Amino acid sequence: METIDSMSGTTLDPRLNPSRAAPKKGMTLSWSDPKLRAIFWQVVIIGAVAGIVWYLTRNTNRNLESRHIATGFGFLFQSASIPIGESLLDFTPSVSTYGRALVIGLLNTLKIAVVGVVLATILGTVVGIGRLSPNWLLSRVTAVYVETLRDIPVLLQLIFWYGLMQALPGPRQALNPVPGVFLSNRGLKVPMFDWQAEYWWVLLAFVVGLIGTLAYRRSAKRKQEETGERPRVWPAGVLLLIAFPGVVWAALGAQFSVDVPALRGFNFQGGVTMTPEYTALLVGLVAYTATYIAEIVRSGILAVPQGQWEAGGALGLHRGKVMSQIVLPQALRVIVPPMTSQYLNLIKNSSLAVAIGYQDIVSIANTTLNQTGQAIEGIFIIMLVYLTFSLSISLFMNWYNARIALVER
Amino acid sequence: MAEANIAAAGAAPLPARERPPANIVGPVAWARANLFSSWWSTAITLVLLYVILRAGWGFISWGLIHAIWTVPQGANGPDTASCRAAIGAGACWAVIGEKYRFMLFGFYPFSQQWRPAIVVLLFIGLFLVSANRRFWRKELALIWIVTMIVIGVLMWGGILGMPHVAQDQWGGLPITLILATFGLALAFPLSVFVALGRRSTRLPAVKMLCVAYVELIRGVPLISLLFMASVMFPLFLPEGVDIDKLLRAQVAIILFAGAYLAEVVRAGLQALPKGQGEAADALGLSYWKKTLLIILPQALRLVIPPLVNTFIGFFKDTSLVLIIGIFDLLKSGITAIADPNWQGFGNEMYVTLAVIYFVFCFAMSKYSRGLERELDRARRR
Amino acid sequence: MSTAMETANGATHAPDASAPPAIVLDKVNKWYGSMHVLRDVSMTVAEKERVVVCGPSGSGKSTMIRCINRLETHQEGRIVVDGTELTDDLRALDTIRREVGMVFQSFNLFPHLTILENCTLAPIWVRKMPKAEAEELAMYYLGRVKIPEQAKKYPGQLSGGQQQRVAIARALCMKPKIMLFDEPTSALDPEMIKEVLDTMVTLAESGMTMVCVTHEMGFARQVADRVVFMDRGEVVESGPPARMFEDPQTDRLKLFLSQILRGH
Repeated sequence: METIDSMSGTTLDPRLNPSRAAPKKGMTLSWSDPKLRAIFWQVVIIGAVAGIVWYLTRNTNRNLESRHIATGFGFLFQSASIPIGESLLDFTPSVSTYGRALVIGLLNTLKIAVVGVVLATILGTVVGIGRLSPNWLLSRVTAVYVETLRDIPVLLQLIFWYGLMQALPGPRQALNPVPGVFLSNRGLKVPMFDWQAEYWWVLLAFVVGLIGTLAYRRSAKRKQEETGERPRVWPAGVLLLIAFPGVVWAALGAQFSVDVPALRGFNFQGGVTMTPEYTALLVGLVAYTATYIAEIVRSGILAVPQGQWEAGGALGLHRGKVMSQIVLPQALRVIVPPMTSQYLNLIKNSSLAVAIGYQDIVSIANTTLNQTGQAIEGIFIIMLVYLTFSLSISLFMNWYNARIALVER
Repeated sequence: MAEANIAAAGAAPLPARERPPANIVGPVAWARANLFSSWWSTAITLVLLYVILRAGWGFISWGLIHAIWTVPQGANGPDTASCRAAIGAGACWAVIGEKYRFMLFGFYPFSQQWRPAIVVLLFIGLFLVSANRRFWRKELALIWIVTMIVIGVLMWGGILGMPHVAQDQWGGLPITLILATFGLALAFPLSVFVALGRRSTRLPAVKMLCVAYVELIRGVPLISLLFMASVMFPLFLPEGVDIDKLLRAQVAIILFAGAYLAEVVRAGLQALPKGQGEAADALGLSYWKKTLLIILPQALRLVIPPLVNTFIGFFKDTSLVLIIGIFDLLKSGITAIADPNWQGFGNEMYVTLAVIYFVFCFAMSKYSRGLERELDRARRR
Repeated sequence: MSTAMETANGATHAPDASAPPAIVLDKVNKWYGSMHVLRDVSMTVAEKERVVVCGPSGSGKSTMIRCINRLETHQEGRIVVDGTELTDDLRALDTIRREVGMVFQSFNLFPHLTILENCTLAPIWVRKMPKAEAEELAMYYLGRVKIPEQAKKYPGQLSGGQQQRVAIARALCMKPKIMLFDEPTSALDPEMIKEVLDTMVTLAESGMTMVCVTHEMGFARQVADRVVFMDRGEVVESGPPARMFEDPQTDRLKLFLSQILRGH
């Protein structure tokens, strides 16, 4: 039957590549057949749910009819009389459509989401590392910060920050902490350089440089595997990412001008404005979310046992290499999943913008559904936007988890 | 020779025990190790001390030293001149003194406010009783049901000589507590069913339904559910039937809580060793007997700390009903200072509201952490 | 197979060959996905017979014994327990689980119930016994496993050996006709193994039909009517313990014995 390999004493395991596969089983029509029971109960439960849904839908249709409310998404192409305070696209009330207004709302949400996530990560990481500091005062202060902000509703915090922004002096008495930066009750104004046409070429050069740097890194890694010597990547990186675009910029005329906000009349002109609503929402959300991120970073760092540092050091690796090759990969495994769910929380919390007058997607969709009466379509749009965010983050998380999963028995 | 030396050494008296030098133990040494261990640490300590003292002094000066605690009653109501003069320099706690009843109880009739006050005490009592491990028995569910009925009777009235007060007049702290507590209590059974359904291997359709419910609710912000409750629920009902705004918000919160609690319960079910279910199967117990007698009692005990943390989250999230016009604690507080007499004293109100929320949430958070430690210790025995 | 055996105490019993067999496994096959974990396993256990199943880890012995009370399902072949065939039929399953008791490697006592409640749970809810009667029954079996004084304690307060004896009492409270043991002593500290094995020996002497998966060869020698050796999902050899240990016929059994008897 099986031959015993005289060297290792093992034989090919006949269980792993079987000659036969499992047979399929049928179903009998008897109450004691579990398959029949399963189908029965599923039909009953799904039927009950479907029945409720049908009943609600019937009522809804009747109510919509009697109130003469339209259905469908035709309203997206009607003109909207929504005053929009800040938008990245042009919008003319009573001329532009609801559809355009909603897109502007979505962009406003993205404005908060992207900037908020970046700032909250930075602040959260700093606070998290501070919590672990041997300096007693620093770790206490950060602990108090984290605990306090987590025990107060985020809406109250946003209202507080907004109140603070509104209590700032007017533009004529604006605070000027740093030259060029002005803080008043009309918002935060910072200088911004003018975007010249040539900058697109510079940007392209930067992208090309980025690709080149990554390619060079990969070839350096291969060289290290073959010969053991690893050429230094950073000089090439500096060349490609900084010098190359710099040369392009200089060649195209070295244009650079800065738009500095200056007081003209009752308000500032020029520069970039962050409205009080945006600023309050950003500051509030970043401060609040950073507390959760701080705890995540702290537990991630603590999750890597001290022995890993010691073992790396004992092998002769420098502290930086121990951090990048040994500690950080392990810490990131623990940090990334809850971190992404905090990003999703920040994005969901940005919907509170409607309470302080920042016109994100929820606020504009709410105004739309109030004006058109089409509540179902409006809520559907809001939920669709957020479900898209949440699904993308979930997919990323699954991909990341699968990629870095530790292989275990 | 050697013995003599040893004997001599043994005979000499030991030097008297001295205290270790001051730079190894004692407050100075502690400060050196923890505050000034390196130049970087010293810099941080100095900066933080400066910031804390500046901010602390500013707050004490504003909140205590220069604060106005009461205002005289003028001809047309409180005379706020002294408070206005102190804006920026001193807090006007008089606004809290004047408005605290509206902040706490909303539009509830003034003379009947003893009823919501008792309700708040009942809630606190309920939390304290539930927190005590000695009471973790089946009777606890009965206590909850009875307490919730008594709360309902007190708030609505209409019997026992108490005048009827409709829900649209309720407001303040009782609303926050009602939304959070009833939300949790009613969402809990729902979440257990959803968690069991999600783990079902034999009923894939039910499993998909539960997954869809949980992922849908967890993917959208609470505000969208509240909007849905506010504008869509009336459309779902047959003509002529109308349900109160508070009830609509409560249903939305129950649906919201159900999804989050379902995940917490599911984690508990997953943490239970498989052998428990197998032992129950081997003894011949049916699915429901096994679940009710063996699986759930153990799984639910495992998840009490995350359950409390989730409740803290709901407690804070009830503040969102302000956006659909329900007078919870936050909205009542903010409306209280909308009074033209008291314009501009927002910060005092925000601080007071923050303190109230903080007291509840911090207490629950501390409790949950202590409980986690206790349960860990018990398990590791 | 129907020879009377002398146990250490001199008491004798005889596996009942005239009665219908307690357990019949007939060409049982099981797959986990594409892995063929039980291959044409056939075995018959007579009433009052004591069978010990041994083999290297991963050989399928636990899987096989768990198929007998349908904690695992087989896809091909027949399993007949106490005259009832094991199929997907749920009523048949209920009948069989009442008559078959199981003791697990990790005890699986219910930690939130007292010892007494652990033992009375199934009689009350499955056999619909009144509570007083169930408690009397439980105290009797706790006495048989020699720990009646622990009845009001919780499993967490008992040692491993005591917990496993409670597990045996709990299974016995259902008055099963057949007892299955899935490596009952593998999770115990060495000093507690003896007390559990002694309990099992006493149980065997009382005439219980037993199928026991274990590495304890001393126990097999003392108590078993038959030893079945499994390897890689199939029954390789079976016979009386004396013959199996002293005169193994197959190379694989020889290899296995050399590996486990090295320390003895």
